[in-house]
Amino acid sequence: MRWFWIDRFTEFESGKYAKAVKNVSLAEEHLHDHFPGFAIMPGSLMIEGMAQTGGILLGELNQFKHIVILAKVPKVTFHSWAVPGDSIIYTATLTNVGEEGGSTEITAHVGDRLVAEAEIMFVHLDQKDPQFGAIDQKNFVFSMNLLGILDVGQAGDGSEPAGE
Amino acid sequence: MSRDEIIEKVKETLVDALGVDDDEVTEAATLVDDLGAESIDFLDIVFRLEKNFSIKIPRGELFPENLTADASLVADGQVTKDGIAALRQKMPHADVDAFAEDPRVENIQGMFTVTMIVNFIENKLNAG
Repeated sequence: MRWFWIDRFTEFESGKYAKAVKNVSLAEEHLHDHFPGFAIMPGSLMIEGMAQTGGILLGELNQFKHIVILAKVPKVTFHSWAVPGDSIIYTATLTNVGEEGGSTEITAHVGDRLVAEAEIMFVHLDQKDPQFGAIDQKNFVFSMNLLGILDVGQAGDGSEPAGE
Repeated sequence: MSRDEIIEKVKETLVDALGVDDDEVTEAATLVDDLGAESIDFLDIVFRLEKNFSIKIPRGELFPENLTADASLVADGQVTKDGIAALRQKMPHADVDAFAEDPRVENIQGMFTVTMIVNFIENKLNAG
């Protein structure tokens, strides 16, 4: 499995907000266990999708100079669920940015239905930081691999995401 | 904004940032021991204060970092006289007098109280 929990950015306004889509598919192995006979997108992976949307929004603001780490999820509420065939739209808004990191508010919608909303805080980490080695790379919101979403994740006609 | 209004808003901020109950956030409560704050929460608190009070808080101003990194300011696990003077200068919003009575390094975080944040915000708003 590849750790991509968003498929494409559909809107991206630097330093302000980003919208990304995640298409839920029965081809995803875990949906057959979560739950047998009742496949729903796990909430934890929705948080990952939200974090990738918000983390890239924050990272892009500094031209990806810093590694962005998910530091804290002060609040998350699940209002309903998403099932195979749904397109989850994550909308991340930057609420605060400082040199140490940034905060975001993120919603997940399927159509007009609010599925989840969260606040997610990120911190910046630099490779020269003495604590760098102590942090598991799994905590990184994005690697250069994931950033490919910004390049290839465009509409089939090659158009740029809106808002840029 | 009156001090009471500041206190109320600081309390709301801490309830949101730390997931604690209203009544736990007394003015004397310490952030780490009483309210369970961890290092990452300090940045969250700063972000929320900036938003709620429409102010900018430069890094290290409210919660100075590496207070004891300078070896000359610490001796035998205690903050020295010079160290206390440095604390007074860096943290005019904290109750350094109370700390000076038992200046062990591990007591530094005891200065980080709800009142300290209120003092800081009050100074900031008056200066602005």
